[in-house]
Amino acid sequence: MVQLTLPKNSRITTGKTWPKPEGATNVRKFQIYRWNPDEGKQPTVDTYFLDMDKCGPMVLDALIKIKNEIDPTLTFRRSCREGICGSCAMNIDGINTLACIYGLDEITGDVKIYPLPHMPVVKDLIPDLTHFYAQHASIMPWLETKTNRPAKEWKQSIEDRKKLDGLYECVMCASCSTACPSYWWNGDRYLGPAALLHAYRWIIDSRDEATGERLDQLEDPFKLYRCHTIMNCTKTCPKGLNPALAIAQIKKMMMERAV
Amino acid sequence: MAFLTDRKRATGLGSAKSGTEHAWMMKVSSIALLILIPLFIFNFGATLGGTYEEVVAHYSRPWPAILTGLTLAVGFMHFKNGIRITIEDYVGGLNRKLLIIAMICLSYAAAATGIFAVAKLAL
Repeated sequence: MVQLTLPKNSRITTGKTWPKPEGATNVRKFQIYRWNPDEGKQPTVDTYFLDMDKCGPMVLDALIKIKNEIDPTLTFRRSCREGICGSCAMNIDGINTLACIYGLDEITGDVKIYPLPHMPVVKDLIPDLTHFYAQHASIMPWLETKTNRPAKEWKQSIEDRKKLDGLYECVMCASCSTACPSYWWNGDRYLGPAALLHAYRWIIDSRDEATGERLDQLEDPFKLYRCHTIMNCTKTCPKGLNPALAIAQIKKMMMERAV
Repeated sequence: MAFLTDRKRATGLGSAKSGTEHAWMMKVSSIALLILIPLFIFNFGATLGGTYEEVVAHYSRPWPAILTGLTLAVGFMHFKNGIRITIEDYVGGLNRKLLIIAMICLSYAAAATGIFAVAKLAL
């Protein structure tokens, strides 16, 4: 059922304001969502100030600086710091993106950072992606074959390989799925743009021999047809991919085999 | 509380193996309405401001009567399918099923009423 307001224990209150750095001339304000399950309190938005002359250019640089120099309790995921691992996905300045490849110069005014929307929060900027990963696993993200394994490799033409471009690059950061209103309202059943993009990546793979079974699995009013081409997924994807197009292609294949 | 694995929770009851027919019918009725609605507006507009006898005479002709009947039938079929998507999006549980049933009844009732009215004028 759609929820238009946050539950009482999720409503955000004003949190702690940390002091400004002394002697700094180029200061920037950061407002960051904080919630600690061990404290049993409402979530807060804490305010930090950073000397931008001593800070790296990306949002992740600022977060690491805050954690290292101001508040070591600030919790967030990060790993590769170059947009490959997808760990540092969060809502920055109202956009779901990767903190490591989102420049501070792309934001005007204060920097507002929240966890990915409409997901249970583990702590601070860390969402619980358990269900998201399980949905990805449910689309069988591997090559499924029935023919006996060839002596060497499964061959694929250059043209067929090109069909996977724009699909295989997805890093499963969940920015797209958590930007999708259909996923907010029916995320328990709707697979969401990320899982569907991955599903299409295997459907369209010329070497895969389970195309029919894959389409059978997806043919469902909730798993697939909750997508209403809102396009938030494509707009927000930090890797510049187009999950909405992949979903449209799956729907097209469904039509092709039905009509 | 149920001790379900994450995978079982994600898979749920599996695929309903339906939805494509619904999506196809929505596309077909959309295209039909794209043609029918402008024709209906011009046809209906021609009778505006006319006397009762003029309106009856207008709808006694086959083309305006059939066009109006088709617009009502296709329009309410499109409404029935479309509102179902909206309900599935925003309402859950038993309310979802009850609302879908109510909207199906409403759509058929409205279409039947409209077609009866046109038939009464035409025949």
